[in-house]
Amino acid sequence: MTAAKITARDVSVYYGEKQALESVSIDIATEHVTAFIGPSGCGKSTFLRCFNRMNDTIIGARCTGRIELDGEDIYGAEMDVVQLRARVGMVFQKPNPFPKSIYENVAYGPRIHGLAMDKTELDRIVELALTRAGLWDEVKDRLSESGTSLSGGQQQRLCIARAIAVDPEVILMDEPCSALDPIATAKIEDLINQLRGRYAIVIVTHNMQQAARVSQRTAFFHLGKLIEFGETSELFTNPRAEKTKDYITGRYG
Amino acid sequence: MSASATLVLIVGLGLIAWASARARAFALAPQGRNRPRPAEQGWYAALWTAIPALLIVGVWAWSKPFFVRNDVLNHPAAQDLPSEAIDRAAVLSEARDLANGAIDAAFNPLAETLAMPWVAAEQKYALVGLILAIATAVGGGAFGMLRLKPGFRAGPRVERFALMIAAAASLIAIVTTAGIVLSLVVESMRFFALVSPVEFLFGTTWAPETSAAGTAAGSYGATPLFWGTVFIGAIIAMLVAVPLGLMSAIYLTQYAKPKIRAWIKPLLEVLAGVPTVVYGYFAALTVAPAVRDIAAAVGVTSASSESALAAGVVMGVMIVPFVSSMADDALTAVPRAMRDGALALGSTTSETIRQVLLPAALPGVVGGVLLAVSRAIGETMIVVMAAGLAANLTLNPLASVTTVTAQIVQLLTGDQEFESAKTLAAFALGLVLFVVTLGLNMAALSLVKAYREAYE
Ligand SMILES: Nc1ncnc2c1ncn2[C@@H]1O[C@H](COP(=O)(O)OP(=O)(O)O)[C@@H](O)[C@H]1O
Ligand SMILES: [Mg+2]
Repeated sequence: MTAAKITARDVSVYYGEKQALESVSIDIATEHVTAFIGPSGCGKSTFLRCFNRMNDTIIGARCTGRIELDGEDIYGAEMDVVQLRARVGMVFQKPNPFPKSIYENVAYGPRIHGLAMDKTELDRIVELALTRAGLWDEVKDRLSESGTSLSGGQQQRLCIARAIAVDPEVILMDEPCSALDPIATAKIEDLINQLRGRYAIVIVTHNMQQAARVSQRTAFFHLGKLIEFGETSELFTNPRAEKTKDYITGRYG
Repeated sequence: MSASATLVLIVGLGLIAWASARARAFALAPQGRNRPRPAEQGWYAALWTAIPALLIVGVWAWSKPFFVRNDVLNHPAAQDLPSEAIDRAAVLSEARDLANGAIDAAFNPLAETLAMPWVAAEQKYALVGLILAIATAVGGGAFGMLRLKPGFRAGPRVERFALMIAAAASLIAIVTTAGIVLSLVVESMRFFALVSPVEFLFGTTWAPETSAAGTAAGSYGATPLFWGTVFIGAIIAMLVAVPLGLMSAIYLTQYAKPKIRAWIKPLLEVLAGVPTVVYGYFAALTVAPAVRDIAAAVGVTSASSESALAAGVVMGVMIVPFVSSMADDALTAVPRAMRDGALALGSTTSETIRQVLLPAALPGVVGGVLLAVSRAIGETMIVVMAAGLAANLTLNPLASVTTVTAQIVQLLTGDQEFESAKTLAAFALGLVLFVVTLGLNMAALSLVKAYREAYE
């Protein structure tokens, strides 16, 4: 067992009075893609947003417990949330490119974090990010066109490139394919396979086949609780918990 | 019987028609699915009773004075009326005022003599009008009731009537606007027959002088007015209103807690509800002297007590709530996903606002600013009170300048010869203002619309 990139211990999240996540503990490693599955409303997105403290932006949301990134408490007083989010990138359910050019979308992160000394270096970062996101060949001749002029699948890969451009250690993906057609979905899944090992990837999905295709570790959530966490192949073929079995055999959810 | 009593009577007759037609429908009509709806039958009868009668009342109110006057003129005492038209009219109007009780004693003895016949004629024709109205109401009601046979469908006809009323109401609004525009254009044409459009639009000296009907005196170069309007309304006011309005919108939408927002938004709206004349004397009595004193204190001796700066600043403050609410709408229309995307990349709140939210909201904000400009250049009270009337073509914000609206007020107040260039110039100025405002509004609305569609 390798050292965990992220360790979460007894994490609970509340929206006002309502508890959305109950005492979840999990370890996330860089060499695996980790999938979160479970019926909708069970707290997958809520948990994911704890890792980059996006829950901070939701009024009334409160998080307890401890989450460490490389041993550092991400909710600790030392932690700068701006730095944290540069280290933990996020891709959203619906592609959300900025209403700027393709180039500017990717260059945005490196610019605000001051990652490039000059234009040449910035160009190189943009090209590398777009290449890793598998988009370079499609957009290299139209970098100045608006990011919103791309197709849905390309927009989502642009958002992945945008996240990659700041050179994160972790990439969080919240149902990144739910707004895409099957072909675009297949491309994103390929991409996730290629990115594995370079970044710790956590993907939320409601599609169990997708979890089986892209992940090596799967966590099953139900009503705010982590029911089962283990190797993907193991969890799908030989679930330990009764609830997991019911869910993967399609008895509910 | 007074006019209002007649109206009440007609409405009363309408109610009776409504109730009886309805009752009859309940009593006579076959029960079951195809039964005509009693309410519709009632309305049908009521409308036939009231509407023609109301039309008669209206027509009569308009034509009765002619009959009355005619009667009075046929009275023997009217032989003594002076032959000069103006004098005749004066005596007759005195007689009328005596008859109506508007005055107690007349200057002209003949008016006293004619007052009695006037009262008699008034009463006679009022009675005729009343009888006509009642006859029409009864006749119309009877006609409506007779048509209400079983199987007659009153519903669609009542609906059609409601539709006509609504259409007529909107038509009145359109026709009024068209009429105003038409009169602006016609009067402006008459002005341009006296003063060449080129001089008016590009001349730099504005010095209208009183002249006789159909002539022009003085000079009518309106450039200083246009400049003053732009200087105050589009430049100085916007330099105040855009930053303040935008910042307050940013604060309200991005930083303020919901509780604080719930307090500040209504406060801003109160600012928007202050009558402009209040801003006007605030500008004239407080801000303008302060501007002059400050200018004097820093050594500018030429500062005028009425200045473009004072008027523009106060106008800017007046427009702040408007800009703020437009910018607020534009910012809230930017999808939350955009903001989340920027924050998730590690942007601070202010980076997110400056680099993502504002650019995304820009078309909406620009549209709002254009609307604000169009408001500011049409604003009158503040400039009349604080900007002055000197038509200076100057870049100095401490100097007194004048605007299109202030000059329109100036041209049309006081004694005037209505056909002279000086008066007609007001219409030409009004036309320019109208065209510019219309253009601004259309540009702004299309921007805002395109922007809304982009995020739907
Ligand atoms: N912003 C929010 N405010 C209040 N409640 C929320 C908010 N977001 C999510 N919730 C609640 O938290 C629970 C978990 O939601 P979520 O994490 O979105 O579930 P999932 O992603 O698994 O579908 C749900 O019951 C949901 O209603
Ligand atoms: Mg979710």
